[in-house]
Amino acid sequence: MDSRKIEENVFKGLMIFSSLVISAGLLWILAVIIIKGLPAMNLAMITQAPKGGFYLGKEGGILNAIVGSLLLAGGATALALFLSLPLVLYLNVYLKKGARLAVFTRFSLDVLWGVPSIVYGAFGFTLMLFFGLRASLLGGIIAVALLIFPIMCRAMDEVMQMIPQELMNASYSLGSTRWETAFKVVVRQALPGILTAILIAFGRGIGDAASVIFTAGFTDSVSFSLFRPVATLPLAIFYQLGTPFPEVQARAHASSLILTIIIITISIGARILTKRFQGYVVK
Amino acid sequence: MRGKRAIKEKAARYLMLAITGLSGLLMFIMVFALYYRSRPILALKPLTYLLLDTVWAPSRGEFGFLPFIAGTLWVTLVAVAIAVPLCLLTSIYLSEYAGSRIREWSKPPIDLLAGIPSVVYGVWGLLVVVPLIKDQIAPLFGKFITGYCVLAGGIVLAIMVFPVIIHVSVEVMGYVPQEIREASLAVGATKWQTVKFVVLRKALPGIVAAVVLGLSRAFGETMAVLMVAGNVARLPKSMFDPAYTLPALIANNYGEMLSIPLYDSALMLASFILLVVVLIFNIISRMFLVRIERRIQ
Repeated sequence: MDSRKIEENVFKGLMIFSSLVISAGLLWILAVIIIKGLPAMNLAMITQAPKGGFYLGKEGGILNAIVGSLLLAGGATALALFLSLPLVLYLNVYLKKGARLAVFTRFSLDVLWGVPSIVYGAFGFTLMLFFGLRASLLGGIIAVALLIFPIMCRAMDEVMQMIPQELMNASYSLGSTRWETAFKVVVRQALPGILTAILIAFGRGIGDAASVIFTAGFTDSVSFSLFRPVATLPLAIFYQLGTPFPEVQARAHASSLILTIIIITISIGARILTKRFQGYVVK
Repeated sequence: MRGKRAIKEKAARYLMLAITGLSGLLMFIMVFALYYRSRPILALKPLTYLLLDTVWAPSRGEFGFLPFIAGTLWVTLVAVAIAVPLCLLTSIYLSEYAGSRIREWSKPPIDLLAGIPSVVYGVWGLLVVVPLIKDQIAPLFGKFITGYCVLAGGIVLAIMVFPVIIHVSVEVMGYVPQEIREASLAVGATKWQTVKFVVLRKALPGIVAAVVLGLSRAFGETMAVLMVAGNVARLPKSMFDPAYTLPALIANNYGEMLSIPLYDSALMLASFILLVVVLIFNIISRMFLVRIERRIQ
């Protein structure tokens, strides 16, 4: 009897210990990013592009990367939404529950979810060579869109699967086509989930470096052109860290803080939006 | 009016079907495209040489991938060895012991951990893990190194795969019906015995799947490892040796890729290997998960 109690307590202790280790890991990361990032933070960081000698410790900021990342992630999210919304609607409105095509598509989306972003980068690069594109905003958008497409699909699919069949049947019985049901009933009902999916995908897209390293290139100027290289925040951090100068590395730390703040804002925003829009959903 | 609606309906249906079909094929398209691009090197060198040779000197035309494959395996295995016990114990705690309050509260931080970009993990690794290994851990073992090594990559990766493994295993343990837990408790088993003999046994395939998913995430992770693992193209012999992983190889050399013959093909082969390994891992674990889900419903 006693040994059972001891075992119970030992394992419970171990469990609490590991939960604490994991929580401490998260706090440690956030604390280090904030503590190291704050000293080098200033207004110039977010309002100026790199000036001459920026990577030697002279003046400038990372506005090029902030703008670039927002454009890239925004474009990729839009492109991915444009492809994933029809797909998810097709799975949930047009196909029967348990249809082979639906099972296969969900399976392959799950598998695609696990493909590393560097592979999307290499594949995107191959596509670009095929179409004769050079490293550019457009190339980056395509690679990142591929990367976030499965994430977005599965996030939306999860919500749409919850929509009661009765609701759709009610819509059909009033004489609406599937298309009308999809866009006027299902989309509206799943709106909170769609918005969350968009934000999750955007967050993932803005933070990814490996997929844009080949495809988007890098530039020190603020660029809005689809066909020119564009700077991204993760790569800006990476390149600044690669210099031997402490001032520049300190700026890399500040840039990581900026990126982390963007990610946390998106993550909190997703939660608030979900709660907010829940009110319009028919229960 | 009616005709217009019907036409719209039909057009939409076919367009959507096309998108769905294409995305189902995407996996195959990617495999084929990367294979196609790596054919030039495969045509010149036998695959066994490429996979098993240890000399990497692209300018001399030598492309031995073994250091990178070994480096990737080392870093991944260290990461999994650190992450699996911690994650399983935490998942059991969250799923079986913690109240619903703690379980709900644990979700946002785990999501946040999953959302932090890999570069930020890399920065943390550079600022914390690398110096820690250099000043504290390596001297304990009588080694004096820069800190950029397999262990540094493994620690950073371990933290990055926490959310994947915890998320999936908590979900899988949630599938185990409450009644069998109660039955076990009713015959006098302690809570831990119930976990050990009932919950874990039932959820085992799902937990394996969770670990494999974590493994494949670690296998393909690029930036964070690139920043802390040292990137020396030699076979690592211990945890304190530097490692060069396949993803890091691809990311680091895109610049000179087009100037040396066969180099781009070699890098595409590296992506092809990465893709195939990760696909196999993912397909296996997803099949486990589908089966366990089906068994319960």
